[in-house]
Amino acid sequence: MKLLRLSLNLLRRDWRAGEWRVLMLALVLAVGSLATVGLFADRVRQGLRQQATSLIGADLRITSTRPLSPEYRTQAEARGLRVVESRTFPSMVSARGGVVLAEILAVGSGYPLRGRIEVEGRAERLGSGELWADERLMARLGLHLGDEVALGARHFVLAARIVRDVDQSVSFASFAPRVMMDARDLAATGLLREGSRVSYRLLVAGDEVQLAAFRSALRLTHNEKLEDVRDARPEIRVALERAEHFLGLAALTAAILAGAAMALAARRYVARHLDGCAVMRCMGAQQGQLLRLFLYQFLLAGLLAVLAGCVLGYVTQALLVQALVTMRDAVLPQPGLSPALKAAASGLALLVGFALLPLLQLRRVSPLRVLRREMGVPSVSVWLGYGSAALVLGGLFVWQAGSLRLGVYVLGGLLAGLALFGGLAWALLQMLRHVSMVAWHGAIGRFVLTSVTRRGLAAVLQIVALSLGGMALLLLTLVRGDLLASWQGKLPPDTPNRFLVGVQPDQRQAVLEFFVRQKLPQPLLLPMVKGRLVAINQRAISADSYVEPRARGLVEREFNLSCADGMPAWNTLVSGRWWNSSGVDGDVGELSVEEGIAKTLGIHLGDDLTYDVAGSRFTAKVTSLRRVQWDSMRVNFFVIATPQILQAYPASYLASFHLPENRVQAGEDLVRDFPNLLLIDTGAVITQVRGIIVQISQAVSVIFLFTLAGGGVVLYAATLAVQDERAHEAAILRTLGANTGWLRRLHLGEFALLGGLAGALAAAGAVLLGWLLASRVLDIPYQPDGLIWLVGPGCGLLLLLVAGGLSTRGLLIRSPARILREV
Amino acid sequence: MAVIVQAAGLGKQVLSGGQPLTILHEVGFTVRSGESLAIVGASGSGKSTLLGLLAGLDLPSSGSVWLDGADLFALDEDGRARKRRELAGFVFQSFQLLPALTALENVMLPLELQGCRDARARASATLKQVGLSARAHHLPKHLSGGEQQRVALARAFVTRPKILFADEPTGNLDADTGAQVIDLLFEFNSAQHTTLILVTHDEALARRCTRQLRLAAGRVV
Repeated sequence: MKLLRLSLNLLRRDWRAGEWRVLMLALVLAVGSLATVGLFADRVRQGLRQQATSLIGADLRITSTRPLSPEYRTQAEARGLRVVESRTFPSMVSARGGVVLAEILAVGSGYPLRGRIEVEGRAERLGSGELWADERLMARLGLHLGDEVALGARHFVLAARIVRDVDQSVSFASFAPRVMMDARDLAATGLLREGSRVSYRLLVAGDEVQLAAFRSALRLTHNEKLEDVRDARPEIRVALERAEHFLGLAALTAAILAGAAMALAARRYVARHLDGCAVMRCMGAQQGQLLRLFLYQFLLAGLLAVLAGCVLGYVTQALLVQALVTMRDAVLPQPGLSPALKAAASGLALLVGFALLPLLQLRRVSPLRVLRREMGVPSVSVWLGYGSAALVLGGLFVWQAGSLRLGVYVLGGLLAGLALFGGLAWALLQMLRHVSMVAWHGAIGRFVLTSVTRRGLAAVLQIVALSLGGMALLLLTLVRGDLLASWQGKLPPDTPNRFLVGVQPDQRQAVLEFFVRQKLPQPLLLPMVKGRLVAINQRAISADSYVEPRARGLVEREFNLSCADGMPAWNTLVSGRWWNSSGVDGDVGELSVEEGIAKTLGIHLGDDLTYDVAGSRFTAKVTSLRRVQWDSMRVNFFVIATPQILQAYPASYLASFHLPENRVQAGEDLVRDFPNLLLIDTGAVITQVRGIIVQISQAVSVIFLFTLAGGGVVLYAATLAVQDERAHEAAILRTLGANTGWLRRLHLGEFALLGGLAGALAAAGAVLLGWLLASRVLDIPYQPDGLIWLVGPGCGLLLLLVAGGLSTRGLLIRSPARILREV
Repeated sequence: MAVIVQAAGLGKQVLSGGQPLTILHEVGFTVRSGESLAIVGASGSGKSTLLGLLAGLDLPSSGSVWLDGADLFALDEDGRARKRRELAGFVFQSFQLLPALTALENVMLPLELQGCRDARARASATLKQVGLSARAHHLPKHLSGGEQQRVALARAFVTRPKILFADEPTGNLDADTGAQVIDLLFEFNSAQHTTLILVTHDEALARRCTRQLRLAAGRVV
């Protein structure tokens, strides 16, 4: 307790003397940037999830063509989940002498569980004897609110117009006009008879943990299908995941910078406290006491900084959301506590990794130092200190990226990078040392070279820290632009915005001719056959063969199979080989499987897969695995077969194409000419994905401010790092007759050399890391901008000249005696 | 009077350029409680090394030191630290004040390390004794050399140590300031009956001590 009080006193006194400034500032920035990203991403994720849940009106939905077992409802309710049932079926609706085929949705009380149905009319809640209908039905029948509408044997009052429904756009189902009714009225209509095409649904919503438990306990029969919001909108999910990676990495860059600043600051802190520790050891302080004395101080200061960082993060993300118009309007939910806790934990880990272990050296200061000041810093393993920092950073990367492999890559890369920077800096300094021995340059030049090279390890550390800082800054300025441009380039203006579904084999030619007539580019019509995977390598499989819910769901439902001679251009071959259209051998066909689904279902290259298509079976060998760009907005298939296999089966065709804004009429003409076709507008999804990209680039700009501030702190810490030593030298040189101009040239020369070297290394690092990020993490092409090789060393040199010039100004105007007394 | 410091067969060898170099050779003596001992000798004669060994700041190559009856080198590092806390105070040539702490806080520090509750009051009183009450809240860099050494004296005596070790206490001061500091040192010595062991080049200071131990090339002469 007494020690804690003494720690507090010492902390207060050191704080007053500015000893903690850099360390605390760096930590606040690190936590602030991580918390900003974490809290911001959490809000966006929650917002998107809410949006996605409103797409199916629930968190989970079980659908079947037969009545669902009441057991499901009981199970869900037993877990405290909310449930509601609905039924949909096609039926004729008649009114005002007209008849239209509509999709009837009969819902129980409480529907929908998620999202809100927007209606126009007098009804807030659907009552018995009432119907709600959408604009299409009302237009076709010329209906007005309050009109009488007949549905089967019963008459209803049209109480409201559905403006926006919650149950669309996930499946291709609801393209007929929609009518909603109270399920209690269903019996009276007499519409549900044996053989009616009814889809029975059970909607479930509630606590996430209970949902997961409910989901994994489900044992669905083969005609039942489970829909989860996670399955909805893969394009947006992919875009968001990529965005989170981007933001997370940007935040970590700020954190790394902060770490570098902390390492420099901690080194200076240790150097400045060696004498004090030796004195305290003389006064009888024990090693453990000293350790605790500094540990308490670090933890107290760390907690304060972490708290300040969390507040900073909260405020920044709130400002960020306010600044982004689309987000402000979206009324995002408040962020959870966990991103802040995660940022706080990361901050403390940074403190331990970068600052605390170097402090262990203080514990081992010899009391003899009071008599012999020339004794250096006690030799605690440098590897322990910097190894711990690397380990902490690696851990943070794994945590942030959510992937061990990525974390290990980055940790390895970081260690290799640090070793490379360190090695190169050391080699360059050695080279300069040799150069300094040549007499062709003036005394000042030689003095600059010798004073940089003489600092040895300290100079290497300065260069490494500055390179790291410069690399992060370059990465986020030049490389960020390149990466974002590449990402945006993935959704060019002619990205498909319509899906055409249900083209029959005999309509193919006519549909293609329609496109020619309309002067629209010809779409690529891909065949689609529905089949269920029944065996892998002749071993029968069912939902029970898998534990993972996604795998169970995949096995339970029918796959959309396609066939093609060549691989779609927007797919990438991951392993195996694509078939040669002429060289498919014998009876056994070949299959190409999407890598994600292959992993989920445990399918490997060379496996034989057996599919059941409309009661007849075929078996084919997996000869390639593909990576599919789910956010390409094109038609994608999990499984593609050689054309010979699917020839025998009934197929329909589908395509994606770009319909320019001013040619919308062509789409309507297409549906009019071919009434059986479904034309789905995916433009809204593209807009949403584009919106995410724009928002993320704006968010990255804000995170970039943190990185910029982090870079500033590194610069400050680096100029401070050998300040005491430099001051001492300056005083001696002044005493020996060096004038102010000469000293200024010496200092500026030193800083210019350090800045130039660090800038060059930073540029090399940024190009390398940018390429790694683009190719390994973000999966986008990357072409570095040549400007980086000029900007890197140039800015490094200039920045350090300015920062160094400012920091050493005081040394030039103070008297040598005063400086010697202070250091 | 009881023996408070005893050295026997004290030797120190170090490696210099790969060759063993003897700094101290078989040094032995005793100091009684309340005595003042000046260790004198030319530069490099081993004075500071001897002081470091007597205070347990360094380890000898051979020999023993007993402080107040305790065999210093039979203790571990922390044990020696504890002994110093119980018995010793220090004054150094380069003052060794903590730069981030005010004069008062520097004097409070040893008391705080001992866990004293009235550290501030006792430190203030001692600072008053050395005539620096008005400078209590100044940082070391704002004090003159003489003032810094007076703060260091206050810090050394505030715990009322049985033994005071001083390494060239006037080495960084001019003659007048040095004399004032020495006066203060002996005032504390007589007021608190502290045993003084100091290393000095200053013959005047050495003469004010009750005994002198002269070293030459690591041997007592």
